[in-house]
Amino acid sequence: MRETAGERWGRRIVLTLLTLFVVIPLYVMVTSAAKPLQDVQNGFTWWPSRPTLQPFVDMWSTVPLARYLVNSLVVSSVAAICSVTVAIFAAFAVSRYRFRGRGVFSVTVLSTQMFPGILFLLPLFLIYVNLGNATGIELYASRTGLVITYLTFSLPFSIWMLVGYFDSIPRGLDEAAQVDGAGPLRILFRVILPAAVPGVVAVTVYAFMTAWGEVLFASVMTDEGSRTLAVGLQGYSTQFNVYWNQIMAASLVVSIPVVAGFLALQRYFVAGLTAGAVK
Amino acid sequence: MATSTTAPDADRHEPLAGSSARTPARRPRGPRRSLLPYLLLAPAVVLELAIHVVPMVVGVWMSLLELTQFHIRNWSTAPFIGLENYRATLDFNSAAGRELLHSFWITLAYSVLSVGFAWLLGIAAAVVLQRPFRGRAILRALFLTPYALPVYAAVITWSFLLQRDTGLVNHVLVDQLGVLGERPFWLIGDNSFWSLLIVSVWRNWPFAFLCLMAGLQNVPGELYEAAAIDGAGFWRRLRSVTLPMLRPVNLVLLLVLFLWTFNDFNTPYVLFGGSAPEQADLISIHIYRSSFKTWDFGSGSAMSVALLLFLLVVSAAYLLITNRRRDDNA
Repeated sequence: MRETAGERWGRRIVLTLLTLFVVIPLYVMVTSAAKPLQDVQNGFTWWPSRPTLQPFVDMWSTVPLARYLVNSLVVSSVAAICSVTVAIFAAFAVSRYRFRGRGVFSVTVLSTQMFPGILFLLPLFLIYVNLGNATGIELYASRTGLVITYLTFSLPFSIWMLVGYFDSIPRGLDEAAQVDGAGPLRILFRVILPAAVPGVVAVTVYAFMTAWGEVLFASVMTDEGSRTLAVGLQGYSTQFNVYWNQIMAASLVVSIPVVAGFLALQRYFVAGLTAGAVK
Repeated sequence: MATSTTAPDADRHEPLAGSSARTPARRPRGPRRSLLPYLLLAPAVVLELAIHVVPMVVGVWMSLLELTQFHIRNWSTAPFIGLENYRATLDFNSAAGRELLHSFWITLAYSVLSVGFAWLLGIAAAVVLQRPFRGRAILRALFLTPYALPVYAAVITWSFLLQRDTGLVNHVLVDQLGVLGERPFWLIGDNSFWSLLIVSVWRNWPFAFLCLMAGLQNVPGELYEAAAIDGAGFWRRLRSVTLPMLRPVNLVLLLVLFLWTFNDFNTPYVLFGGSAPEQADLISIHIYRSSFKTWDFGSGSAMSVALLLFLLVVSAAYLLITNRRRDDNA
């Protein structure tokens, strides 16, 4: 099937417009991070008058960025690892066993993802605060509280994507292992997981991104000590100054790892989405 | 970042049922085996119960209490006032009720427009990237970048672009092109709604693109060949082959994007801070502000429950309508 000249030009126009729409904010992020403060304060320029990497140095002292970064790293990694571990067992059950309540489980777990976050926020806030008062278990304003909250946010989608990957692994492999006398857990760890490694990695990155980008709970459930990047970046706007160059530098630094991870694994995300949504 | 991506889809398990139904005949059947799936699911169920189901029940209970700042530290002492919170917040003749209704309409318009534009851009990109050409992989990765960026980094960048005196938008429109005489404000006043919308489309469309691209992979090439032989042009192929084949993806995608956008808190919160301008006062920001400003969690919960009921009705209606259509076509 040949492409007509009209189609080719249509394609070029569409792609140019979309590229500009996507790229301009990214371009501004990158170039503004290399501008001295006067440049960002005296009106916009497309190119830094005196390119500098100073914002990348100053951003660490204007706000305690290192602490926020560590908090975000700890919270997001622990939440991602826990979420995927829990999801692996659940997805194994849903993919390989037929049991009463399987449909109900899938529907309920997935539909909780549809609910507005604000719905959980007020009750969880109260539960965490009161639990702390009653038992001394500090969940409010602690990293543990955030980890527990975040790991449930990515859980439903992680389960759903993993079911898709597990389903694509031939059952013949399970049966062969079973003939060799392997029990269910051995099958999961020795047969299914090794075959689903890219999928598991993609789901882990997804869970990490979920926690890394969360704003609502981070803004209510943290204090100065447990604050994550989502809230910490607001610290660059002070009463006297808005350090746009440092904001852009910090945004760039916190974005690069997740964007790189996502883009490296995008093939597997598409595969996961196809397995689930497109049946 | 809200990250829901799919609707419950129970019947996708049906094909499996046949193959696993055979297994009991081969395997020894015992109590351990039938318990095992439940044990495997237990951690997930406990966590979902603890963080989603229990808080929802608590939320409904809270909405029936006079839960003001005096009772937050020990909310078992809050007086039970029945539906009073609902009456107060949903009475559209009162000031609070009118504000909520206003937020609701703003949010509805925002969601419909944002989902519509995100879908249009997504389908345009997915269709033009369907055919292999040089640089396709790079463009695909580039188009996914806004979705991969953490929401606060992306939205804060937009807020910089939209600054009145130092932003790119006014620089281009006023200084370079001269289409506007004086520098408009983009983050307060009437323009704030459109600013919010553009930022939201920028964030959402790659997700639509990702799903539609996945959907297009499943369209057999022969369908296009056949359509081309019949003399169908580009638009005809789009209308008669591509869009019908994408129907299952669209059903899920549009509902998910709608719910996701309707509940959106991050975009307005990062763009405007805790208090959005009246013209862009989305419902989640409204509930957040009215809860934490006055520490009246009772009314906040009542509004949240009302919001949930609305979303449930919309989802149910949507699923019913789209399922019936699917049956009609079959």
